[in-house]
Amino acid sequence: MSESNDHHEMSYWRKYIFSQDHKVIGLQYAFTAMFFLIFGFSLMLIMRWQLAYPGEAVPLIGWLLGETNAPGGIILPEFYNSLGAMHGTIMIFLGIVPLAVGAFGNYIVPLQIGAPDMAFPKLNMASYWSYFVGGVVMLSSFFVPGGAANSGWTSYPPLADIATTGQTMWLFGMIFLITSSLLGAVNFIVTIIQLRAPGLTWMRLPFFVWAQLVTAFLLLLAFPPLEAAGVLQLMDRLAGTSFFLPSGLVISGELLEVSGGGSPLLWQHLFWFLAHPEVYVLILPAMGIVAEVIATNTRKPLWGYRPMVYSTIFLGFMSFVVWAHHMYMTGMGTVISAFFQTTTMIISIPSVVILSALFISLWGGSIRFTTPMLFALGFLPMFGIGGLTGLPLGLAAADIHLHDTYYVIGHFHYIVAPGTIFAMFAGIYHWFPKVTGRRLNETLGKIHFWGSFVCMNGIFFPMLIQGLAGVSRRLWDGGEQYAHAQGTLWANEVMSISAWALFVFQIPFLINLIRSIRGGEKVGDNPWNATTLEWTAPSPPPHGNFSATPQVYRTAYEYSLPDRDSDFLPQSEPGEGS
Amino acid sequence: MEMIPYTVEIREDTGVNNAKLGIWLFLASEVMLFGGMFSAYIFLRLGAVSWPEGSSLLSVPIATFNTLVLIGSSVTMVLSWVALVENNFAKYRRYLGLTILLALLFLVVKGFEYNEKFSHDLYPATSTFLAIYFTLTGLHALHIIGGVIVNSYFWGPGSKMWSSDPQRFTNRIEVAGLYWHFVDLVWIFLFPVLYLM
Amino acid sequence: MNATAQNIGDHTRTYLMVFGVLAVLTVVTVAVGYLSLPIGLGITIALIIATVKGSLVAAVFMHLASEVKPIYWLLLMTLFFLLVMFVLFIGAFLDQGGTHVS
Repeated sequence: MSESNDHHEMSYWRKYIFSQDHKVIGLQYAFTAMFFLIFGFSLMLIMRWQLAYPGEAVPLIGWLLGETNAPGGIILPEFYNSLGAMHGTIMIFLGIVPLAVGAFGNYIVPLQIGAPDMAFPKLNMASYWSYFVGGVVMLSSFFVPGGAANSGWTSYPPLADIATTGQTMWLFGMIFLITSSLLGAVNFIVTIIQLRAPGLTWMRLPFFVWAQLVTAFLLLLAFPPLEAAGVLQLMDRLAGTSFFLPSGLVISGELLEVSGGGSPLLWQHLFWFLAHPEVYVLILPAMGIVAEVIATNTRKPLWGYRPMVYSTIFLGFMSFVVWAHHMYMTGMGTVISAFFQTTTMIISIPSVVILSALFISLWGGSIRFTTPMLFALGFLPMFGIGGLTGLPLGLAAADIHLHDTYYVIGHFHYIVAPGTIFAMFAGIYHWFPKVTGRRLNETLGKIHFWGSFVCMNGIFFPMLIQGLAGVSRRLWDGGEQYAHAQGTLWANEVMSISAWALFVFQIPFLINLIRSIRGGEKVGDNPWNATTLEWTAPSPPPHGNFSATPQVYRTAYEYSLPDRDSDFLPQSEPGEGS
Repeated sequence: MEMIPYTVEIREDTGVNNAKLGIWLFLASEVMLFGGMFSAYIFLRLGAVSWPEGSSLLSVPIATFNTLVLIGSSVTMVLSWVALVENNFAKYRRYLGLTILLALLFLVVKGFEYNEKFSHDLYPATSTFLAIYFTLTGLHALHIIGGVIVNSYFWGPGSKMWSSDPQRFTNRIEVAGLYWHFVDLVWIFLFPVLYLM
Repeated sequence: MNATAQNIGDHTRTYLMVFGVLAVLTVVTVAVGYLSLPIGLGITIALIIATVKGSLVAAVFMHLASEVKPIYWLLLMTLFFLLVMFVLFIGAFLDQGGTHVS
């Protein structure tokens, strides 16, 4: 794979489409993932109309949805289910993970460790294209008879086993996405372990690289059991097996003609064996980005770098033994339930350690309130709310009341939406100058931040209230038919208007992004005066990244050292310091 | 910088080159893939009202023969790598060719076995045991097919690298071998689990 | 593997011997199957033999016997998670009353 690194002239196709350069692949991931994020978000905007004004025709775009899905613009329950299932699938597997790992990981990790590229450039390309095909399969499933998958993003059988063709497409799409993640994970781990620049020892790695390393291990070892489950569900759907179908299942009054003997719980175990580590795949890269942005903008070393690293590793291990806290309501025995409640309480400790370290890092810093820093600061309390609202769900007694209500939706959206997505925004504003040599506009950036911050809370906080009232998360009419939901129906309109406003506040961001690629204020290689290696490469970095292999002399965040004129000391600068 | 470091040479502080670490990581994920399948097997078998003895539905002699074929192919695979280390390209091609032929023999026998089941109206949909049997052996057969494709490439067009970069080519065969032995290893567990228990 | 030619000659002999052992163990495990032992004992013996065979393949053919530490750590970690999966799947099943109907 070394031949790909030569500086000969490459055709347009090799250079921009089937590229093996980690930076081009990173950008391909970034643009594709952002498309899917907007697409998945749009699905939710349509759902929010139905929730706020049940049974009324969707204005303006109602005709676009198709007569079979929404006759006269009024959303059918089946279509609503499709929208929900695909919103979850697209946001997680096609939006956030590819953005956090595929885009940020690909672009930044080799630069931060002083490597010329990823260890396996061809695998890297294969990983992107596998993701791309998975995305196309998922999108095209909207056009098959019966529409896209409509059994929730968790695809629980027996419902998913007997669902329409869209579910089969979903499974095939997932197999492509899993393949992509596995190839990527192998590549990231080898790159980080093998291609670190001379002198870049483990405890000198930027925290972001640690976060990506642990994430890659989670993807590597947790995804295969879901792949196994996907294969079994495909067999159920295509070959007529009954892995997940119990004996004596009756559908619409008729006994299902299968051999039976299967177990729906088996799917749940295999699914959550992946899907709980997946939660940390969503959050760890975000924490990594926030750590970088906070260190740069407080002009201080991270407080407690080592405990943060150890917590991250511990988090990775523990995430494999907490999965069944998603299954307290499945008739689980008390012993296993106690086990999973205990591990769940334990896993909250490292998260709290990391979050506290980030908070304490602010103490006594001369904080620069740049746009990336605002998003990073926004992340901290939002992730805090998300984490703390998770504790009651981790205890079976409280979970009996809260399970499957809007409280759960509020909880995990606080983690991934104003949490992870804010961190992604922070990363985009932070590293945009490295990618383009230009800065994003600060005024538009601040409008973007404050608008998003208010709207995010307008969407997700009322969900916690509705959930505590016991409103189920799966209702097509937002709870209108239920007596116990009447007291919180007012919240539906608030949340929907906040969601649409959130969309409006993304427009300045998109304008900013497109305009700044060519018209942004030009900056040097290190506009933030940061210490990590990526800022010593030219902006944008050429093919092969560095003109000479960097030598690393010190830890990652040497800011504001006493007795020095400048307030930062790059990792690659020889001389005093630790 | 021109080259990605440690593609061929070993990095001192880790003791491996990139490809070696990469294949072991891939195999680790494969362990979890088949592990997930085996977990499903255990889970379903524990809850089954009754479970047939494998030998009552499947042919043990044929599977024993196939086990020996696959173990044999593992030996020829490792010998083909030895031939490269000894700088004997002709011998390498003989042994790798033999590996591919043995793999194909395994697939043909497996095909006969499947056909035999189908002709007796035994399908994946017939029972949970047969569903597990067809899924696990089918997934394993896909891995064999993948191995045949990779090995055929290294036997044919891929072997050009031997003249340009023999060290790297030898590493590639070692890595392909690691994958192949793993496929063999999976079968070593599949055989008793499906046929003898 | 920076083996010299002499070393390789020894290795070839080892590989052929391992092949012989694997073949014999295969026959043994089949033979045990015909003894109609109690089901628990039969399964235990079959699994022990399979583990021995698997370890031989891993140690000799895959050179694990002379591999470096990072690879060991990786495999140990993977096997640990595998074990976790097995134990918790079985544990969850038994604890809910040993039946699929809950």
